[in-house]
Amino acid sequence: MNKALKISLKDLQILYRDPAALLMMLAAPFMLTLALGAITGSFSRSSPGISGIPIILANQDAGELGAALVEAFAAPELGGLFAVSDSQDIPSARQQVEDDAVAALIIIPQGFSASLQPDPASGRMSPAAPIEIYTSPERPNSAMIIEAVTGEMINYLEAGGVSGQVAVENLLHSGRLPANPQSIGVYSAQLGERIAPQASAPPAIVIRSASGVDVNEPTNYLGYLAPAMATFFLMYTVAQGGRSILLERDQGTLARMLTTPTGNAQVLGGKMLFVFLAGAIQVGILILASALLFSLRWGSPLGVLLLIISVSLAATGWGILLASLLKTSWQIGSIGSAMMLIFGLLGGTFIPITSLSEPVRWIARITPNYWANLGFGTLSAGGELADILPMVGWLLAMAAILFTVSVLAARERWKSGFAKK
Amino acid sequence: MPGPILTTKDLSKTYDDLRAVKNVSFSVERSEIFSLLGPNGAGKTTTISMLSCLIAPSGGDAWIGGHSILNDSMAVKRMIGVIPQELALYEPLTAHQNLMFWGQMYGMQGSALKQRIEQVLEQVSLTDRADDRVEKYSGGMKRRLNIAIGLLHRPELVFMDEPTVGIDPQSRRNILEMVKELRSQGMTVLYTTHYMEEAAELSDRVGIIDHGELIALGTQEELTQMVGEQETLRLSFDEHESAESLLPAFSAMPGVLAASANDHQVALSVNRAEEVLADVVTAAQKSGKRIHEIVIEEPNLEAVFLHLTGRGLRD
Repeated sequence: MNKALKISLKDLQILYRDPAALLMMLAAPFMLTLALGAITGSFSRSSPGISGIPIILANQDAGELGAALVEAFAAPELGGLFAVSDSQDIPSARQQVEDDAVAALIIIPQGFSASLQPDPASGRMSPAAPIEIYTSPERPNSAMIIEAVTGEMINYLEAGGVSGQVAVENLLHSGRLPANPQSIGVYSAQLGERIAPQASAPPAIVIRSASGVDVNEPTNYLGYLAPAMATFFLMYTVAQGGRSILLERDQGTLARMLTTPTGNAQVLGGKMLFVFLAGAIQVGILILASALLFSLRWGSPLGVLLLIISVSLAATGWGILLASLLKTSWQIGSIGSAMMLIFGLLGGTFIPITSLSEPVRWIARITPNYWANLGFGTLSAGGELADILPMVGWLLAMAAILFTVSVLAARERWKSGFAKK
Repeated sequence: MPGPILTTKDLSKTYDDLRAVKNVSFSVERSEIFSLLGPNGAGKTTTISMLSCLIAPSGGDAWIGGHSILNDSMAVKRMIGVIPQELALYEPLTAHQNLMFWGQMYGMQGSALKQRIEQVLEQVSLTDRADDRVEKYSGGMKRRLNIAIGLLHRPELVFMDEPTVGIDPQSRRNILEMVKELRSQGMTVLYTTHYMEEAAELSDRVGIIDHGELIALGTQEELTQMVGEQETLRLSFDEHESAESLLPAFSAMPGVLAASANDHQVALSVNRAEEVLADVVTAAQKSGKRIHEIVIEEPNLEAVFLHLTGRGLRD
C-alpha cells in the first residue's frame, strides 16, 4: 500500500506540473460553465446565479387582479426569483430592457381585472386582456422563466374567472339569483374580490426529478451546469490517468518500476489510486470554487462528498479499463476523448436529464455522468443523504465491475511482458 | 558468499516464431565486469530483461545470489540494479525527486535515502543541478542520472544495457570510468554493448552473442587466441561511397579469411596484411572507389566476431 501511495503521489506531482492538463481539468470546466451560463442568461448583473432576475412591472390596471399580480411577482414564496421594480414610464422601461439592464418588462393592461370577471349583463366571460412581456434577447433563459411564471399566474386567474361564470350561470338557472343586470353585476364584483387574494398564491413551477425530489432545473441552470461540467471533465482526467500507464510503458519507467522489488499489483494499485485522487481532487476543487464564485448551493456536504468519491471511483474504473484493453497511448487519447463526449451527451451534461428520451436515459445509466448529475441535482434541490444513496450505489457497483474486468485484463497482459515496449 | 553471483542455464526466450535467446548458459563472478558483446538484435537486451525478472523465460532458469528468477523474483530484484538502454526518467520532476521516488521503490526511506541520494548525485556529478527539472538536462546528464538511479540502493549486481548509446565522447568516457569505479567498490557489472572498444577496455570476461546464441566466452586473451595471428585490415572509403559492392571481390582473394562491410568501411580478416594489401588496393581502384584510410589492427574482439560469424559487429 505504501508503494502504491508513493506511485500515486509521484503521478499527481507530474500531473500538476503539466499546464495543459491543468487547463483541461480545472480551467476548461470553469470557462465552459461561465460561457454557457452567459449564453443562456444564467447570470444577472446584481446577483450571481439564478435568483433576483430583474424585471419591471408596469401596472396600468386599476382593478384588484392587476395589483394581485404585482404582489404575486414579489411574493416570498418565489424565493427571491425576481427583483421587481414598478414603473409607469413604458418607453423608459423598454429602453432598459433593450440595454439589458433588466431581463423583462411586464405590462398589465388597463381593464385587466375587469376582463377576468363575468360580464354583469350576461354573466359570461370575455377573453382576458393580454399582458405584454417584453424580454431581453440577451437573457433567453430568464425570459423563459418569466413567461412561464406569468402564464401560470394568468391561468390561475382565468380559472378563477371561469369558475365565477359557472357559479353565476348555476345560480341563475336555479333561480337563486334574480335575472337582472344589477344583481348579476353585484354578485360578479363580490366574486372578483374573492378571486383576487387567491391570485397571490405562488404558481406551480416545480419539476419533479426521477428521485421524487423537486429539482428546479429550469430555474437553476447554472446549478445544473457546474456539476455537469465537473463530471464531464472528470472523464477527461480519468482517460488521461489511464493513458499515463501506457505512457510510462512507452518511456520505459513502467519496466524500470517492475525491476524494483515492487509487484504488479502495487504498480496497478498505485495507478488506480492516482486516477481516483486526480479525479476526486478535480471535482472537489470545481465544486468548492463554484460554491464560492457562483454562490451555488450544493446541498448536504456529506452527500456531496459521498457523490464525489463514488463518481470518481466509477470514472476511474472507465479510465483503467481503457488502459487495460487498448494498446497505445494514442488510442487512449482518442477513444478517451470520444468517451468523454459521448458520456457527456448521454449523461446530461449539455441537455438536462429530464429532457432526454426514455431509451436514451436507459442507455445513459452506464455513464457515471448520469448518476452523478442526478445525485448532485437531487442534493442541490434539497435532497437528503438517503435520497442519493441509489445513485451512489449504482456508481459503486459500476466501479466494482469495471475494476474487476480491468484487473483481470491487465493481469493477463502484464504477465506476457506488457511493461516492456 | 562464495561462487558466482549469477548463473544462467539454458536460458531461452521465444516470441511466436522468433527465438530471441537460445539456451544461453554462463556465469558471472563477484566483482567482475562481464560484457555481453554483440550486434543490435543479438538478444542482449532480452537476456537482461529475463535476468531482471521483467519478462519470463520460455525455457531454462537463472540464479542471482542463489535466488531463482523464476521462483524468487522479489529476492532477485532486491539484489540487482538495472540501468536500461533507453532513459527511464520522469522528465517533469527534478533529479532529486526522481531519485527520491526510485529509492522508495527499492524500499529506502528517511535520512538513509537522503544521504544516499547526495552520494550518488556526487558520483554522477549532478549535485549542482539536482533541483533542476530533468527536461532541462543535456543527453549526457540524463544518461548519468539514469545510471545513478540504478546504483541508488547499492545493488550487488548491476545490469548496464548499452549505457553509452547516443551520447557525446566526453560523457561516454565519464561513464566508462564510472563502471570501472563500481568494480573497485566491489560491485559486479553485467555490461552489454555492441562497441568492441568498450568491451575491450572494461571487461574481465566477454561473452559474444549473435542471433540469440552465446557463441564465445572467455577473457579477451582467450577469445583473441581463437583467431590466432589473424589481423584485421580495415579500409575506409569516401563517405558517400558504399563499400558493400566490393565484398565479393575481396572475399574471393587468396589470404582473405572473412570480409564485412559497414557503410563506407570494409573489414577484412587476414593472416598477413602485407600479403593482400596490394591486391586489395588494386581491386578498389578498379571499382572506381577512392580509399580514404587503411588501418591494420592486431587481433581483437572485432576480429573474433568476424572470424566466428563472417560479419562485422555493426553490420
